[in-house]
Amino acid sequence: MRIIRLPLTALRRLASCLFLGLFLLNGVQMQGAQAGPLEDAAALFAKDSFTDTARAIELLADSGAAHAGPAIEALNDRRLFVAADQTVYFRDATGAFIALISGAKLPAEPTGGTGVRVNNRIRSSINTALGTLTLQAPDPAKRRAAAEAVFKSRSPDSETALQAAIRNEKIAAIRDIQQTALAAIIATSPNRSDIDRLAAIEVLKERGDREALTPLNQIPDSAGANVKDAAKAAAQTITNRLATWSAVQNAWYGVSLGSVLLLAAIGLAITFGVMGIINMAHGEMVMIGAYATFIIQEIIRQNAPGLFEYSLAIAIPAAFLIAGTIGIAMERLVIRHLYGRPLETLLATWGISLILMQATRTLFGPTNREVGAPAFMSGSFRIGLIDITYGRVWIVGFALVVFFAVLALLRFTPLGLQMRAVTQNRRMAASMGIRTARVDALTFGLGSGIAGLAGVALSQIDNVSPNLGQSYIIDSFMVVVFGGVGNLWGTLVAALSLGIANKFLEPFAGAVLGKIALLVFIILFIQKRPRGLFALKGRAVEQ
Amino acid sequence: MITQAILARLDLRGRLFLGAILAALILVPVLNLVVPSGSPLHVPTWLVSLLGKYLCYAILALALDLVWGYCGILSLGHGAFFALGGYAMGMYLMRQIGTRGVYGHPVLPDFMVFLNWKELPWFWYGFDMFPFALLMVFLAPGILAFVFGWFAFRSRVTGVYLSIITQALTYALMLAFFRNDMGFGGNNGLTDFKDIAGFPVQAQGTRVALFALTLIALAGCYILARAIVTSKAGKVLVAIRDAESRTRFLGFRVERYKLFVFTLSAMMAGLAGALYVPQVGIINPSEFAPGNSIEVVIWVAVGGRGTLVGAAIGAVLVNFAKTTFTTGALAPYWLFALGALFVLTTLYMPKGVIGTYAEWREKRREKASLAAHAASKPAE
Repeated sequence: MRIIRLPLTALRRLASCLFLGLFLLNGVQMQGAQAGPLEDAAALFAKDSFTDTARAIELLADSGAAHAGPAIEALNDRRLFVAADQTVYFRDATGAFIALISGAKLPAEPTGGTGVRVNNRIRSSINTALGTLTLQAPDPAKRRAAAEAVFKSRSPDSETALQAAIRNEKIAAIRDIQQTALAAIIATSPNRSDIDRLAAIEVLKERGDREALTPLNQIPDSAGANVKDAAKAAAQTITNRLATWSAVQNAWYGVSLGSVLLLAAIGLAITFGVMGIINMAHGEMVMIGAYATFIIQEIIRQNAPGLFEYSLAIAIPAAFLIAGTIGIAMERLVIRHLYGRPLETLLATWGISLILMQATRTLFGPTNREVGAPAFMSGSFRIGLIDITYGRVWIVGFALVVFFAVLALLRFTPLGLQMRAVTQNRRMAASMGIRTARVDALTFGLGSGIAGLAGVALSQIDNVSPNLGQSYIIDSFMVVVFGGVGNLWGTLVAALSLGIANKFLEPFAGAVLGKIALLVFIILFIQKRPRGLFALKGRAVEQ
Repeated sequence: MITQAILARLDLRGRLFLGAILAALILVPVLNLVVPSGSPLHVPTWLVSLLGKYLCYAILALALDLVWGYCGILSLGHGAFFALGGYAMGMYLMRQIGTRGVYGHPVLPDFMVFLNWKELPWFWYGFDMFPFALLMVFLAPGILAFVFGWFAFRSRVTGVYLSIITQALTYALMLAFFRNDMGFGGNNGLTDFKDIAGFPVQAQGTRVALFALTLIALAGCYILARAIVTSKAGKVLVAIRDAESRTRFLGFRVERYKLFVFTLSAMMAGLAGALYVPQVGIINPSEFAPGNSIEVVIWVAVGGRGTLVGAAIGAVLVNFAKTTFTTGALAPYWLFALGALFVLTTLYMPKGVIGTYAEWREKRREKASLAAHAASKPAE
């Protein structure tokens, strides 16, 4: 084995030396033939063959001319032309025509200009060249992007430019990126000492994200065994770290989805728990809440744009009141007449949901409506390797606030006491002088109002369209049925566990199959515990 | 003799219903095939297919009425059984296309060629044979209903809980059938059919024959359902509907009755779906949409639950209204009308058209007899 491998590596070294030599020779020849790099580049561009164009780009990038960058960008957008008299010129961003060699503005477009062709290979050399050019750009954001680009391309050509950039860089964060980029180049390009490579691997391991894995997996064969082991170990460390963070991310997404489900389901849990009826129009209450937010924002936009930051704060009580009022009206007009007939109630509320949906469609049109996010909800922050958007954090917080507010309302207010009494034993509560009909109406109003609150939150993350409610209704039923009726804690546990389970199933099974799996799970779960996770204990027997 | 046995089981309403079916069975084909197309009495072929579609819905409504009206199981997933039967028939029709598809593949349907599938998935085997496909029309929904019902009824899931999990069932199936890699054509479903049992699907004769078959199937389902609800088992079913626990305490194995009637009803729904597909010419996953299944419930409610005839009439009435609404200028208001139908029916006509009519006639008769009584008194 060893006998065979030695000559092979030697051969390879020889080959790479030869290649390098040829390359240098070529460059010297070119330099000898013409005056400066710009002239050479122009001559090569004029030939318009892909190989020559690629070399011209390198020359241009190394020339240090002020218009090199715009010229390469122009080539990328096919704005670099060769005129009939072999003059190479380009059209810059302002529309002026500039000669490549002199960098001076031309009085008029030369005649017979044909665009220099680009293909994917040329585009990648363009990117490398632009990366080199912008490594020392005055704008820090550009420097950062350039360093990232070099890190991704790992082109050994940018090494000298990168080293120069590192020497001049003042901002530590950008210098870090430049150093990892340099490390990636050292780790992957041939003909480096093992000590350099080991140091580079250490730097890459420090960075520790998915992008750092690629150079670690591309250590050349010529590297020593200890280097390869170190790379493997570093890659393993990074993979483990990534797995941990992806689990954290899934959990966070799950909590986020769960909080949305919780918001949508709390109201349903209350009406179902207290009154034992299924409100199929619940999703439409959510939709009404979202449209209420839209209307409030429209009014604010037209009358008091300064208040936009507070639009959601205004929309919250408004959505609660609007949805709650519609809920009470529904209860008084329709549902009241159907008590004791839960299946009929289901049908009637489905009918109401159709009417509400069509009414919204008639009033606001079938298309999605734009609901803006106030400044404090946009943007994101980074924990470890995951980005967390402020909007999601607010929604999770909002869901928990609503949950505990409802819990407190049920626990500490007279209305809550009456609601619990009616839930536990309607007839006994009535005998004790509780006006059950009034409690029913208020309960229904409360449930609908909370659905309206859910709508405010959903308007921030989902499309506000007449079908908004439909997409949540089955999910919220599943939450209520899974969690058990008459127990809000059950709803909380069910919403969060369904949300998290959904997000953990998604990477394995895909979004749709994961959802199907959960539905099947709930169908089976209901068989085992027909009254949900946290069923009310009691001696009540149906019928 | 069989006819006599059947007639003995039927009340006046049932006889009228079967008479109407018999009349349609003779009249519609004659008006379509014999009467020249210029005549005002001529029934165009598209209308025959449209009527056939209504009748398929009527069978579906009948199936739902059997479980909901007589056993109190409000299934919000009957659309799933209907669609499964439809898919079984659709698969047969796809295999009959043969090399006439766009890609001309001898075995694979077009969508599989399009998705670069190399061979037929195992569950498509056998669907080139009509008897096998026909068997699957009953078995696919039947087995699903049996397994689902076995679990649900044994653990005594009742009322709204059952309704909700049947809804979850059809929702899950819809999501599944929308997937391309399920092998059922994804969201395009199955369409572009050519032949059924050797006859071209589009031909006038085939369409009339399918219409007639649907009528016969409706009559058959009605007679079967009627036989069940008038039998002793039917009495138990009604007892379960009215007081499930009490029936169980009396010693009846409630879950067995429920499972039997649920599975049978699912098979009927499957048959309806199988007749629906060749007449409509397409089956796609939106048939599984939960909304569709709830709409079936309103057909039954409008016609009158627990009357069988009412369910069929309700299906035809509501769908006729839907066609009239959605084809004219009133199209945007159809959902208002449908929604109002849901609300008003449950509020003011819980017994449906048939039930309300029967009630009204009963009252009038009572009043008449009272009046007669009162009139006869002074003469005494």
